[in-house]
Formats: sequence, C-alpha cells, structure tokens
Amino acid sequence: MNTRRDVFQAIADPSRRAILLLLATVPSMTAGAIAANFDSARPTISKHLQILTACKLLNQQTSGREVHYQINATHMKQVADFIEPFRALWEQRFNKLESVMKKYKSR
Amino acid sequence: MEMKTKVLANDGEQHLLISRVFDLPLELLFKAYAEPDLVSQWMGTVVKKMDNRVHGSFEFETTDPKGNKMQFHGTIHTWVPDRQIVRTFEFVGMPFGVQLEQLDFSALPDGRSSLRIQSVFQSVAQRDQQLKLPFAFGLSMAHNRLEQILQPK
Repeated sequence: MNTRRDVFQAIADPSRRAILLLLATVPSMTAGAIAANFDSARPTISKHLQILTACKLLNQQTSGREVHYQINATHMKQVADFIEPFRALWEQRFNKLESVMKKYKSR
Repeated sequence: MEMKTKVLANDGEQHLLISRVFDLPLELLFKAYAEPDLVSQWMGTVVKKMDNRVHGSFEFETTDPKGNKMQFHGTIHTWVPDRQIVRTFEFVGMPFGVQLEQLDFSALPDGRSSLRIQSVFQSVAQRDQQLKLPFAFGLSMAHNRLEQILQPK
C-alpha cells in the first residue's frame, strides 16, 4: 500500500481537512463532539474519521463507550504538507528581508 | 523551484532548526536584525523596544488582518555583531512558552551569507503546537476560500 499517496488523498478532502483543523487546537475529541461541528450525517463523519485513522493522521483511544480522537503529530510531521506552511511562512519573511536589504543597499 | 529556507524538526525533540542562505553580504544580513526600522519593514511589525546589548530586551507588536494585536518580547543574552545573537522569545498570551533562540550568522564565499536559527522550546508539545499553527491557519484559509466559492451569489 502506498501510504504516502493515501495521506495526500486523505487531506485532499475538505471535510477531512476541517476535522484535522478542529483537532489541531484541542488535545482530543470524541467522535460525537467532532460530528456536532458538521452538518454531515454522523456515519459520513465516522467514515472520514476511519480514513484519517487508517492513514495514521489520527490516533484513536477508546474509554468506555466513547472513542476519542487526537492528531498523530508524529506522523503529521512526516507529511510534507504539515511542516510546509511553517517553512513557507519563514521563506516569505526571509524573501522580504532580502528585498528590503537590497533596496537599502542601493539607497 | 529551489527551497532557500529549510526547516528541520525531528520527532520527539523540543527544538527546531531554520536555515537560509541570503543573496546579501553578511553585514547587510546582520543589519536587518539590528536596526529597528529594518526589522519593522521585513517582519511587518511595530518595534516598540529594541535594546541590542547583553541584558537588553526587545518588544514587538503586530496587528493581524483582523485587527488583533499580538505582542512578542524577549531578553538578549548574547550580541556579537555579524556573528551571533542569543535571546529568549515569547509570543505573549499563546501556549508556546518561552523559546531560547540562537541565531548564527556567517559569510559565504560569493558575497552571500547564511543564517541558522536554533529554537529550543520548553517541551516537545509546545514545539509541535508552534509547528501546527501555520498548518492550522493554512487549513482554515483553504476552508474560508472554499466557503467563499460555495457561497450562493
């Protein structure tokens, strides 16, 4: 199985990106709490959670009858897309530094 | 396109490395960090205080597109012109803790220069949180764009 391609397929879907975004700001959430944030039917959200878990982007923890989900930061960091926005932010900032200083030099 | 800026963040470590080669002589690169007016221009921030010496400190205030004000501050521990800055850095009111930053500046043969930043966080979780922020922000931007597209006109 080509896991890498699967990961990109997983984050290509807007609902799944929204789930990841939701979980990026909290330690963990139950399937019910996640579903409550969306208009989609609960089984649809469950399917998305299954895919994200299968791609190792989410970790699952069962306590009693509730399943808790959390972002698998370890795996997410391996996805270039995860660290890329952080890198792009610095690239942008440093490009600006370069252009500001080139103007400064020619003054 | 070649990636000029590199970020290294190994799993389970509480620091990250940012490195970049600049098409600028070393003196100009360092000046970009030393002069408040220049820092303000490239960082897009208001420099409220910048006292570049050992025991000195800095204070930045940035306003985001929504008008929210964000404060950043820190204390300078080492200040060696054209070589090294060691300072603390804190994003006030955010859960990233205080970072210890070491900035190493060096000259490269062909009139270029390089900067290497090591940022040490107080925990692995705080480093990961910081790394996640632009990712989460990017996701929400994508989400907002999608909402705009789907919005009935």
